[in-house]
Formats: sequence, C-alpha cells, structure tokens
Amino acid sequence: MSKLVKSIREAVILSGLKDGMTVSFHHHLRNGDFVLNMVMAEIAELGIKDLTVNASSLFDIHAPLLNHIENKVVTGLSADYISAGLGRAISQGIMDKPVQFRTHGGRPKDIATGKTPIDVAFIAAPASDAMGNCSGKYGPSACGSLGYAYADAMYAKKVVVITDNLVSYPLQDWSISESYVDYVVTVDAIGDPKGIVSGTTRITRDPVGLIMASHAAKVIETSGLLKDGFSFQTGAGGASLAAAKFLKEIMLQKGIQGSFGLGGITGYMVDMLQAGCFRNLLDVQCFDLTAVESLRNDPRHQEISAMHYAAPGSRSAVVDSLDVVILGATEIDTGFNVNVHTDSNGVIMGGSGGHSDTAAGAKLSMIIAPMFRARMPIVTDRVTCISTPGKDIDVLVTQGGIAVNPARVELRESLVAAGLPIVDIHELKEKTERITGKPKRIPHGDKVVAEVIGREGNLQDQIFSIL
Amino acid sequence: MEILKRASAGTMESSDAYVEIEPASNGLNIQLESVVKGQFGESIDRTIRQVLSEQGVENANVRVVDRGALECVLRARVETAVLRGKGEQ
Repeated sequence: MSKLVKSIREAVILSGLKDGMTVSFHHHLRNGDFVLNMVMAEIAELGIKDLTVNASSLFDIHAPLLNHIENKVVTGLSADYISAGLGRAISQGIMDKPVQFRTHGGRPKDIATGKTPIDVAFIAAPASDAMGNCSGKYGPSACGSLGYAYADAMYAKKVVVITDNLVSYPLQDWSISESYVDYVVTVDAIGDPKGIVSGTTRITRDPVGLIMASHAAKVIETSGLLKDGFSFQTGAGGASLAAAKFLKEIMLQKGIQGSFGLGGITGYMVDMLQAGCFRNLLDVQCFDLTAVESLRNDPRHQEISAMHYAAPGSRSAVVDSLDVVILGATEIDTGFNVNVHTDSNGVIMGGSGGHSDTAAGAKLSMIIAPMFRARMPIVTDRVTCISTPGKDIDVLVTQGGIAVNPARVELRESLVAAGLPIVDIHELKEKTERITGKPKRIPHGDKVVAEVIGREGNLQDQIFSIL
Repeated sequence: MEILKRASAGTMESSDAYVEIEPASNGLNIQLESVVKGQFGESIDRTIRQVLSEQGVENANVRVVDRGALECVLRARVETAVLRGKGEQ
C-alpha cells in the first residue's frame, strides 16, 4: 500500500472533507508556518465552505485566514493563542460566530472526549517516512517537539502528514506513529526556519526586570519548595529568564538537584539541565535551536504531548506534579485574575496557552510583571478578560513590591519573615496609579467576538468587540 | 513667548513621547496621537496645555505622538520642544 499522495489538493479530496467540517493544525512552526496557508488555499480553491479551523495557536503569518473568513470558507475558529495581527481583525468583529479559546490542556481533552471532533488533521512534519511515522526533530525545518499534534493525530477521523523531508522507511525515533496516519504529502518547504525557532532570547539587562527577577528567585527560595526534586516552568520573556538565572545560581550554590523543567523549553532550561539543576526536561514545545538540538541528542530531554503536559481530567498530567511556574500577564486584578488574551484596549493579542493549566497545577504560581507598561498600570479592579482565575494565582512580583493572594496566609508570613517587600494588591494598585494617573475604562462593543473556555470546560469569560 | 522656529523633542520609543512644535498665528492647535488616548487622552491634553501656558506660549501648532509616557516625561518633552522652538538651544 502507499499513503503517498502527490499534492495537498489530492489529500484534501481523498480525506472526504466537506462543507461544515472541522480541520486542525498544530503551531510548532509558529510564525514560520507555511502549511496552514497552503492547505487552506487548496480547500478554498476546491470550493469547500463553512469550515471550522481548530489550531493549537495562530500567528500573524496566518493572516490569509482573514480572506477565507470573509469568503465564508472558514466560519469557526478555535485556538489556544492568537497573535495580534489576526487578533485585531477578530476584535473588530470579522467572525459571525465567536472564536473559542481553550487552554493547551483543554484543547486535547476536548478533542479526545469528542466535544470538539476533528474531521481532518493536517500535520506539518519536519521529517516523515512514506507511511507517516514522523518527527519534529530532524530536517531543514526542524522544530523539536510535536507535542501539540498528538491529540490531532490520535483522534481526527483522517490524518494527513505534510513534510518537506521524506526519509526512507522507517524513520527512526518517530514522535507520531504511522498507525494514526492516512496520507503523506511532500512539499518544497513546510516553513521558514527563521520564523520557526527564535534566536537566543536574551536575559533582560533592564534594572526593573532584574529587580523583579531577583525578587522572584527569593520568593521561590523562601517558599519551601526549592529542595531536591524541585520542578519548574518559566516563560521565554526577559525577566522570566533572568529569574531562572538567579534560581540556577541558588540551586548550584546550595547543591539542589531538581527533578524536571517543564514547558515550552528554551536554551536557558537546557543550560540548567546541563548544569545539573534538573534530572530531566519535559518538552511540549521547543522555543529555540538549542532546545531542538538538546531534544534530538540528550535522552534526559523528553518530548511530551499536550495531553501529557496539561490535560485536565486525565488520569494525571505533568502540571499536577509541578512545583513552581513563572508566568506573565497583560493585566491582573485585585482578585488576582489574570488577563493574557487582550491588551489594555481589549484587542486580542494572545491567549492562555498553558497559563491556566500550569497555574492550576503548580504548587506556587507566580506572575512577574512591571507595575506599568506604557503608562498602563498592571493592576486593575477587573481585568478586561479573565484568562486564568485568581484562585490559581499565588503571587504577583513587581518592582514596587510583592503581592500575595490573601488565601495563601502561610506563604505571605514566610515571605514577610524573609524580609521581602510584601504589599497588599490594593495598595500596589494605588501606588502605581500615583505614578501613572488613574486610567479611564474604555467602553467595548456589544458583540461577543470570543469565548474563553476554562480548562475544566466552563465558560470563563467573553471577549467583546472593540469600538 | 513666541515660537520662532520649528522644533522637536522626544522619541517614538515605548513609554516616551515625541513632540513637534512650530510657529502659528491663530492660537494653539494641538494634535494628539496616543496609545492610551482612551484611558488618558484628556489628562494628556491638559498636561500639554499646562506646560504651554507655563511657558507663555499662546500661538503654536503642536503635534504629540504619545507612546505611553508618564506625565513627568510628557511635561519634559513638551517643555524642551518649546525651549528649542524659542531658539534657546
């Protein structure tokens, strides 16, 4: 038998894709992805309409989707994260149906349980053999982990693997097995390597960022969690990486060996692995080439699926064993609810990704953010959109003090005893507004442009159109 | 005080403001662009007018591109643009 078909168009026809169905994509090629646009262009030319696109994330490179939305080829969108370029059009109300935002754990859960069934999954693969055993670790478009593609491969009715690097059978060290794959298509390029992985993210040199990072590391040190077996996730932002650097120094100085680093893995986490700070890295997505290379070569660095990473209601997920996560925020309110979906003007520019999943799972979930950005205070009375509920956020670290969720009485006491600058979140808000002035709330439109579905499947919040 | 020549101050960096000022004969004409216009537009306009009045500027075309500057930054940028426009530096 042969699964090789000669074009994306033929694969679409063979898959039986019809009006009203759902197609899916993973985002491991990030802003360098060619596959979603190539597939959607063929689908549009075939005259298929009224599709739902279920993508683990969407980036500005996917702007051609806006045409498909205008032409009613695409009438439904579901994603865990949508970057600002597409987000602005969605906030302006381009879709009739609200976009559905899920978390990185909620998406595979809903695919697996049949709540959001996928008819055809298109899986961009940096390496595949002719039977569809495929991997992200090898080839000119290597992206590392294929963590977000597993649920699509396992549960879609038809699975099409699209590769620019067809290798002889069998591909050694596959991530997704041929047993899930119906068709394999080769194309010239699945992506632009420059957009797939970022260069090395620099640790911040901004003194404000360094103050926050040093506070963050001290909070972790004081929390009682920093001991042998410690597990940790952090983002790729400059201040988060600086916090990891300070943490690394503390761990090496005290001879602490952690169990695992989790996430979106950067070169910095690879450094910590190699320095002996962790026994393992568990990797759902690689952010840079150092991470890709480490995943390929170091058996201690293990690929995991999004389900294994974060799915709620599964028997267990790695986030359930996580000690500390450092996260970002565009806004946080006095109830500790966090917004990472919109900017302060209410325009969609992100999404939860793994934010809510790790915050819910981790024993200590910490937000690092400056008191204000471009005059907009970080602390508000009510966030524009609740991405992660306040009950899951323990600490907010800013340059103007550290606010502890009032539910975490013991943590607050130990941080005070350690001499850290603890501040009530209401006071922090007032202190910030003395510097910035008090912002007026901007009115929003009446149309619901997106629904934020919490990791447990609850409708957590709605995002309204902008005026 | 009269604005004698076209002058500018500030940058387009985030958290800064870029201010241009030029001579005019028909009062103050202020043109404001701001990333936080919805939240702080009135306050920014008031700050600009205050600085102009403190400097005794009654006639000028002023264009401000605000990238989220704090009030102290905005004041400094407007004041500098005015002083340069008066030919003082």
